[in-house]
Amino acid sequence: MLAFYKRLYPFKSIFNWLNHEHVPTKLFTNREFAFTLQGDVYLRYNSFERADELKKQVCALNPTRFEIGPVYSARPRDKKTVRPANFTAQLRELVFDIDMTDYDAIRTCCAGADICRRCWAFIAAAVRVLDHAIRDNFGYKHLLWVYSGRRGIHLWISDREAMELTDEQRRALVGWLMVIQGGKEMHKKVNVRQGSRTLPPSIKSALDPLATVFGDLILEDQNCFESEEGWKALIQLIPDKAVAESLAAKWGTEPMRSSEDKWDDLKKEVRKFDKGTAKRNALQAAVEDIILQYTYPRLDAEVSKHRNHLLKAPFCVHPKTGRVCVPVDPAAIDSFRPERVPTVSLLLRELDEIAVAPGAGEDAGGEEGTGEHHSDWERTSLKPYVALLDRHVAALMQEVRQAKRAAPTYDASW
Amino acid sequence: MQSAVDRKVASSKQSTSQVERHSTLKYPHRLNFYDISPQGDITIEEFETCALDRLRVLAEIESSFARNRPYEELKEVTEKQCSKYLPLASTGAHMVDRDAERRKDHVGHFVLRLAFCRSEELRRRFVKAETTLFRVRYDSDVHSEREAFLNSRDFDWIPVSDEERKQYETELAAASPTSSKETSTRAERYYKVKWTRVPDLVEKRRVFLKGGYAYVPSREQSSIVFQEFQTNLTKALDMTAKALPRLDEDTRIVPILNNLSQGFLAGVSSEWSTAEAGSGDQITAGMVDDLARKHFPMCMRNLHDTLCRDRHLKHFGRLQYGLFLKVLGLSIDEAIAFWRKSFSNIQDDKFNKEYRYNIRHSYGLEGKRANYPAKSCQQILISDQPGSADSHGCPYRHFSGDNLQTALLSMYSGQGLSVADLPEIMATVKAGHYHVACTRVFEITHARQGVKKGEGVGGGESVTHPNQYAAKSRELEKEKDDVDVVMD
Ligand code: SF4
Ligand SMILES: [Zn+2]
Repeated sequence: MLAFYKRLYPFKSIFNWLNHEHVPTKLFTNREFAFTLQGDVYLRYNSFERADELKKQVCALNPTRFEIGPVYSARPRDKKTVRPANFTAQLRELVFDIDMTDYDAIRTCCAGADICRRCWAFIAAAVRVLDHAIRDNFGYKHLLWVYSGRRGIHLWISDREAMELTDEQRRALVGWLMVIQGGKEMHKKVNVRQGSRTLPPSIKSALDPLATVFGDLILEDQNCFESEEGWKALIQLIPDKAVAESLAAKWGTEPMRSSEDKWDDLKKEVRKFDKGTAKRNALQAAVEDIILQYTYPRLDAEVSKHRNHLLKAPFCVHPKTGRVCVPVDPAAIDSFRPERVPTVSLLLRELDEIAVAPGAGEDAGGEEGTGEHHSDWERTSLKPYVALLDRHVAALMQEVRQAKRAAPTYDASW
Repeated sequence: MQSAVDRKVASSKQSTSQVERHSTLKYPHRLNFYDISPQGDITIEEFETCALDRLRVLAEIESSFARNRPYEELKEVTEKQCSKYLPLASTGAHMVDRDAERRKDHVGHFVLRLAFCRSEELRRRFVKAETTLFRVRYDSDVHSEREAFLNSRDFDWIPVSDEERKQYETELAAASPTSSKETSTRAERYYKVKWTRVPDLVEKRRVFLKGGYAYVPSREQSSIVFQEFQTNLTKALDMTAKALPRLDEDTRIVPILNNLSQGFLAGVSSEWSTAEAGSGDQITAGMVDDLARKHFPMCMRNLHDTLCRDRHLKHFGRLQYGLFLKVLGLSIDEAIAFWRKSFSNIQDDKFNKEYRYNIRHSYGLEGKRANYPAKSCQQILISDQPGSADSHGCPYRHFSGDNLQTALLSMYSGQGLSVADLPEIMATVKAGHYHVACTRVFEITHARQGVKKGEGVGGGESVTHPNQYAAKSRELEKEKDDVDVVMD
């Protein structure tokens, strides 16, 4: 791990991403970092003046991972000496966490910590819907998606307005995006219709693409309704008792019917009622809700609601898989393969294999700044991922520069 | 912005005449966003009374939250409290010193800011209660005056053009559905604001969102106003909190502020120092036992039962109970008789030496001859915490959960309290709303006299003083007797 931090971890890029400018601002200096050390020792409220200071500390502690928290009104390292009233979380990227475990009730290919190419399709669908909703509804532009190293994905949003959201506003935004609600014991987890029967427009616009996902992923690939457990879960979601009973009778006697067959059966039942009748409308709404329940993003709401929530930094290494938490391009989300993400051992091997360039000595202490091994990651398979982050950061910095030029006092409130 | 001006012109037609008529007012509007602090000198007395009266209203709003009152009910209770302690007449009202009322409103708000800015928890609760108070007043404001108030401030809402409204017609209709008979989307006016200004509407998906803007139908416009009020106040309180250490040096103000900030814990009671004149008949020592069973709140009932059982009470218990009995109407002679009889294990000369003086003292007949008031719930709940051998205090706070339930049943099951009532009471206790739990018990045990849930000790008011509890209970009994007499 030490060699990874010393030679490969892109501290400079991470600094730029958190700081939005080249010169350190409060966005970096008042930012909390928390380290998890070997043996589950957890060190909170660290803060640093510059990127190289962070690097030095990371190399000294060699943590299994580290997390990034909010920007406080004072330096987190001074927490003990400032009045509590003067130590409050003020700014923070808006973050989201989607984890495969929330799909355990639906997916049939794997369970628990496992993830395969097939179930990644759930994550891919979630990313597409969420990425679109956030850009379109909320108008945010600076979205960084990061693979969590195992079975999930994180999203970090760095737009100024997103950074400034209060906890209340974050809660509201999460409420807007949360469609799947209710625990294990709640059959129907989609309850988003108000008085009228139509879906809220934001959800309606997600329905068409998700219907395609539903066909490919739920009916075909995962074959969710083939097992008795699977189709019984589906029956629970049909509001019309007679329809539910007749389908249950049919499927109980014909266990070989595929998910697609069963879905067709349901749709046929729906069409038996005349258009415009209350029953038809209710069933039609139920069909839409079922599609949403099986495909709409499942969010871990708590992560997003509070400014002071800590989230694992990009490019950390997942302790179980050894994979690096790399940024992901949402446009290419479908072709992303978790199993092809470079692991720390692979990267170190790559480093060993390349000829040692003159000047890149073994015992670099990091004193001379983060630029020391700057080129090392460029010669490994980490390169495209760091480049992705750097492109993201460039756009962010560009906007901040422009905003500053437009309003010279821009910095004052930060 | 163009049409914000249009709107001003349009709506000023109805309000100009009024504005002109009242142009001499220092406070032209009944509603206030409290952007500027009150001007001119404020006496310590004004400082305190303005704050206390406002706090009564806010504390009752707090209890309403604790009781999960629906908004309509909360509004009714709050309006009653307001008319008692913090009346605020409309601009069109005659014969009322509107400026004086509005100044009191203004000063009280700012004093309470000082009292409630000092912890995050207090700030949060204060903002919630104040925003609710604003909402209640906003809802009851005369329409034209409200329009005038809205036009006096820039809320920075952008009217949605016809073109845009057509473009998003389906979305708008789906996002904020009107019941079919109401105005259709076509006729409805919409305003655009940054979504962050209407988080409540966003959370419930009651608006259409595009590019960070919320399209708010005019009927939801008040949401923007309330949110603005809340945001402003939250920011202002944070600033006050930062500036406060300097104020801490003013020794006259700090104790007042400390006292005020406890108002949410147990409400704000009026002072009960002598028996209410109207309650009429004198109480004798022999009547106490019967009264205790029928009319006492739990704290006093517990002291009474302990006294009967142990034939003794420790110092703070005697003080709490003795003052309560005094205010209830027990004369000094009857008090001495009562305590003499109760302390039946004690010899006469010991009683005369150790206790007689203290009893007379509490009646203001010895020492500095002060007329000591009886202790309010707030004092009982907060000061002189009982030690392990003490019986004073408030059982809702100072009893363990299982003891409290047992005691509730043994004291009040005769008056209609049953096991089924316990979960609700205990949940309120757990949330720290002790006097609200006590209020609920009052309602349950007076259901036979026609007290309904939510009515409290009258008009939805919560219990804030043991003597208020007992007085109301006796009043109800008398009313009932009167009715019975008439019926006969
Ligand atoms: S709330 Fe007040 S009246 Fe009720 S028991 Fe407690 S102290 Fe006594
Ligand atoms: Zn799988």
